[in-house]
Amino acid sequence: MKFSENWLREWVNPDINTDELCAQLTMAGLEVDGVEAASADISDVVVAEVKTVEPHPEADKLTICQVDNGKEELTIVCGAPNVRQGLKTALANVGASLPAMEKLKPANLKGVTSNGMLCSARELGLGEDHDGILELPIDFEVGTDVKVAMDANDQIIEISLTPNRGDCLSIKGIAREVAVLKQLNFKQIEIDAIQSTSSQIRNVRLEADDACARYCGRVIESIDASVATPLWLKERLRRSGVRDINIIVDITNYVMLELGQPMHAFDQDKLNGDIAIRYATEGEEIQLLDESHQQLQADTLLIADESGPIAMAGIMGGQDSAVLEDSNTIFLESAFFLPEAIIGKARQYGLHTDSSHRFERGVDPQIQTQALERATALIIEYCGGNPGPVTEQRFEAGLPSNPEVILRKKRVTDLLGEELSECFIEEVLDNLEIEHNKNKNQWVTKAPSHRFDIKIEADLIEELIRIHGYNEVKPVAPLSRLSMKQLDQEQNLKERIRSTLVNREYQEIISYSFIDPELNKLLKSKEETMFLANPISPDLAEMRTSLWPGLITTLQYNLKRQQNRIRLFETGLVFQGMKDLKQSTMLAGCIYGNKYKKQWDINNSSCDLYDIKKDVECLLATNFFAKDLDYAKGNHPILHPGQCVSVKYRGHEIALFGQLHPQVGKQINIANSVYLFEIYMENILSQKEIRYQPISRFPLINRDIAVVIDDDIQLKDVLMQIQESATNLLINLELFDVYHGEGIEKGKKSLALGLTFQATSSTLKDEEVEAIMDTVLAGLNNKFGAKLRE
Amino acid sequence: MKDSEKLQKQALAEIESASDLQMLDQIRVNYLGKKGQLTSLLKQLGSLSADERPKAGQIINESKQIVQQAIESRKVLLEQEKIDQLIDSSSLDVTLPGRGVDKGGLHPITLTLQRIQSLFQQIGFDVVEGPEIEDDYHNFEALNIPAHHPARAMHDTFYFPDGRLLRTHTSSVQIRYMTAHEPPYRFIAPGRVYRCDSDMTHTPMFHQVEGLLVDKQVTFAELKGLIIDFLTVFFEKELEVRFRPSYFPFTEPSAEVDIMGERGWLEVLGCGMVHPNVLQNVGVDPEEYTGLAFGLGVERLAMLYYGVDDLRLFFDNDLRFLEQFH
Repeated sequence: MKFSENWLREWVNPDINTDELCAQLTMAGLEVDGVEAASADISDVVVAEVKTVEPHPEADKLTICQVDNGKEELTIVCGAPNVRQGLKTALANVGASLPAMEKLKPANLKGVTSNGMLCSARELGLGEDHDGILELPIDFEVGTDVKVAMDANDQIIEISLTPNRGDCLSIKGIAREVAVLKQLNFKQIEIDAIQSTSSQIRNVRLEADDACARYCGRVIESIDASVATPLWLKERLRRSGVRDINIIVDITNYVMLELGQPMHAFDQDKLNGDIAIRYATEGEEIQLLDESHQQLQADTLLIADESGPIAMAGIMGGQDSAVLEDSNTIFLESAFFLPEAIIGKARQYGLHTDSSHRFERGVDPQIQTQALERATALIIEYCGGNPGPVTEQRFEAGLPSNPEVILRKKRVTDLLGEELSECFIEEVLDNLEIEHNKNKNQWVTKAPSHRFDIKIEADLIEELIRIHGYNEVKPVAPLSRLSMKQLDQEQNLKERIRSTLVNREYQEIISYSFIDPELNKLLKSKEETMFLANPISPDLAEMRTSLWPGLITTLQYNLKRQQNRIRLFETGLVFQGMKDLKQSTMLAGCIYGNKYKKQWDINNSSCDLYDIKKDVECLLATNFFAKDLDYAKGNHPILHPGQCVSVKYRGHEIALFGQLHPQVGKQINIANSVYLFEIYMENILSQKEIRYQPISRFPLINRDIAVVIDDDIQLKDVLMQIQESATNLLINLELFDVYHGEGIEKGKKSLALGLTFQATSSTLKDEEVEAIMDTVLAGLNNKFGAKLRE
Repeated sequence: MKDSEKLQKQALAEIESASDLQMLDQIRVNYLGKKGQLTSLLKQLGSLSADERPKAGQIINESKQIVQQAIESRKVLLEQEKIDQLIDSSSLDVTLPGRGVDKGGLHPITLTLQRIQSLFQQIGFDVVEGPEIEDDYHNFEALNIPAHHPARAMHDTFYFPDGRLLRTHTSSVQIRYMTAHEPPYRFIAPGRVYRCDSDMTHTPMFHQVEGLLVDKQVTFAELKGLIIDFLTVFFEKELEVRFRPSYFPFTEPSAEVDIMGERGWLEVLGCGMVHPNVLQNVGVDPEEYTGLAFGLGVERLAMLYYGVDDLRLFFDNDLRFLEQFH
């Protein structure tokens, strides 16, 4: 909410400057978002009177004026359409400084010298109006500084109010807060009841007493709605960020800003019969003041006459009954709509108005008549007219009334952590207009009608601490009883896996959890998943079922930026299913480009399946023994069918990796091979249990062999065969070369294998090992036709 | 025994000029070996008279010793020279880069989360997590934000067609945890949160750490103590901190916390005392227990800590950005 500092100071005028005032508002919870000057930094611009206006002989659109600036009559050339004899306006004298120019000089305009410039509001930084020169009231004294005359040495303060402080959405409300903080009295403007001089009334029926508990109305006859809104009022609206429309609407808006009561004026002559405050029937229509047509839903509260809706209650009036300049008789509304009836309704129609904003947060249910009288007085002052009597329809039981709340002194101390004096507590309650009766160590309190946020003891304690000052409370360290807990396994695993990957050159990324459905389609996700109803954009609409789309998007992004070797990983939730939604933590990564960073003296080449395999092996080694894992050919729609690996533990797949299918790679414009892995965290949580095995003190015997074997035989089968035939004296078996090429028949390969033997209770003899080796080779030959390489 | 003196002299000269260990060893064999010239002299002692023999023997032995010592010293010298040579010939350009696998790195948000977590774990806070697709109850209702509460408008919630939503804060984890456990509570809930908002200063997804401490007699003064402590340790310096009244439906009193930056106050987090309704909603008696709660914006803290000036960088995942945090 924006307001004029000068206006506030009419209500309460603490002896502090703007900065201090803003700081105090902020520290009271009324956060000041910004302060701007009410006018631009101008000087030597004065109130002047146009004495004569003559056409310019050389230019149709210009006039030559004689203007009185209080000291002399000057010749001024002016191009404004509204310049006329007798007009009081703003004159920038020669030498004046304006936002657009530093020092105004006499100007020659088509042969006539202009000794100054008549200014529009915009030229003075007093708003956006640039249709013509500023029109000042006729009673302004010629020669007065315009800023002084317009009370423009003023600041526009913008505060951002939290939803609980609807009571501060008015000058009166802010003044009340400032008064409490500074322990000052604030001036209540006097609002007298206006004697009716007409007997016209309009009947009102409350048909939705759960939504409208008070409806005050008054007819005012014979007004002149064509008068211009006085400059001071227009200025106050402008400084509050409210557009001026016509005198009647401006006055109702002014009263809303001043007292916090949203009001509405109908053109009485356009109304038909009694008014009812009722809910809409589904499909009823109304054209609102903003010219939008709305199809109403049945939960919407309406003001309706006998021909249909005339306003969306508490939100916006209808176009058909709008007060225009030629309106003669008006019906003024000042009502109390319950927050529950208005909350969310404006949004439902894509609307947000000053009125709905206030009603949603709670308007004081006791100020309707007061506001009506205030508006009537202003209307009569400026537009004349004969007011009818105030009519009030009320549903007493529906009017909110704050409950009695017990405030315990001990509870204040317990929650705050320090003691507030009884004297201070009572003073704050007084200043906040909270009724209180002391009873032993507690008070029975009741908050005033403008406070919608004080319903329980904690609400009162909050007010006490707020006024005491949050920063006055001395910080202390929290107390606690200590106890130990088991380490969080998942947490622990995540950290270890992250550091494993980081040590293997992976960069962690964080990508959005919602992805592009198009990309997902391309990645052939077969999982059912959820789509956002209101995505931020269509390409962020589908919840991810895998981390691969995010990794691939990131890969593409970086490839476009000339990176050529990329290793990425991410951990996060993936979302599968709809009704039976499963949200699981996943870990996934991708690699692209060379095995190593470009460097000297290293045999570098493009990475392949076995590079990512090592990464996966190292990851899994954090929680599994290699011997418990089974790597076999896997299957995934976007992976290369011949380079897809499924890792199983006790028959369950726990990880999957492989090369991105070349076809998919082509579709997403990635030239070289991409390798991907993914792991569900829940599958690798079970910790391997480490148990010590005694170390044999007898010597090892190593035997290296090379066997030639058919190319399509998997290493796994060869190793299994060796292990079966080698007895448990074989303590280690490793492959150290795979060779194709010269000396090896086509369709065959040579496997170089290292076998290590050791006994636990004696020194092995060479003969024993030779015998085992013979068995091993015979086994390989029998099963695979393998031959020892010559 | 002229021979002995002569041989000694001759040997010493040869030793002096021996240029490598091999030559030196040859000299040793020539003079001191089984058939060496000095050794041979000893064998000739038999031809001397019994009177002359001891003296002559002594002289020969002395010569042998002198030669032996000279060889030893020369050997040390030559060995040293050999090592010096080796060192000379094997000195490398130490500015050539190291070889092999480099290091990757964690995302700056993870680094920041880890810092926050370890700070709170130091003082006994657990780390708990929860689902990101939430229901209305856990994200709003139970947190004292009933349907149509104006506070919901501040949340810009992402919804699914069936009414479920993406959590707008990790406060939803509070409810799940407290419903499942008995007080006292002391935990933080880090994680991704979502708001339907995207511009210079908002991304539709960001990270939050919600913290909760519920015990008998937790006070507002303790809330202040904890938060100031955290900020001081997190930013590794004394800070000017202020607590400003604010409003969150699930805390009362509520505060925004600002720290003094180079260009004035910067909002860094929101906090407050747990609202009695929230405790009631999870079956905890607010008369017996009180609590403090806080919500940290991880991106905001990371931006301040690392001096990052554009929030969106965190989710572009540009390697040139991410690698700066290695």
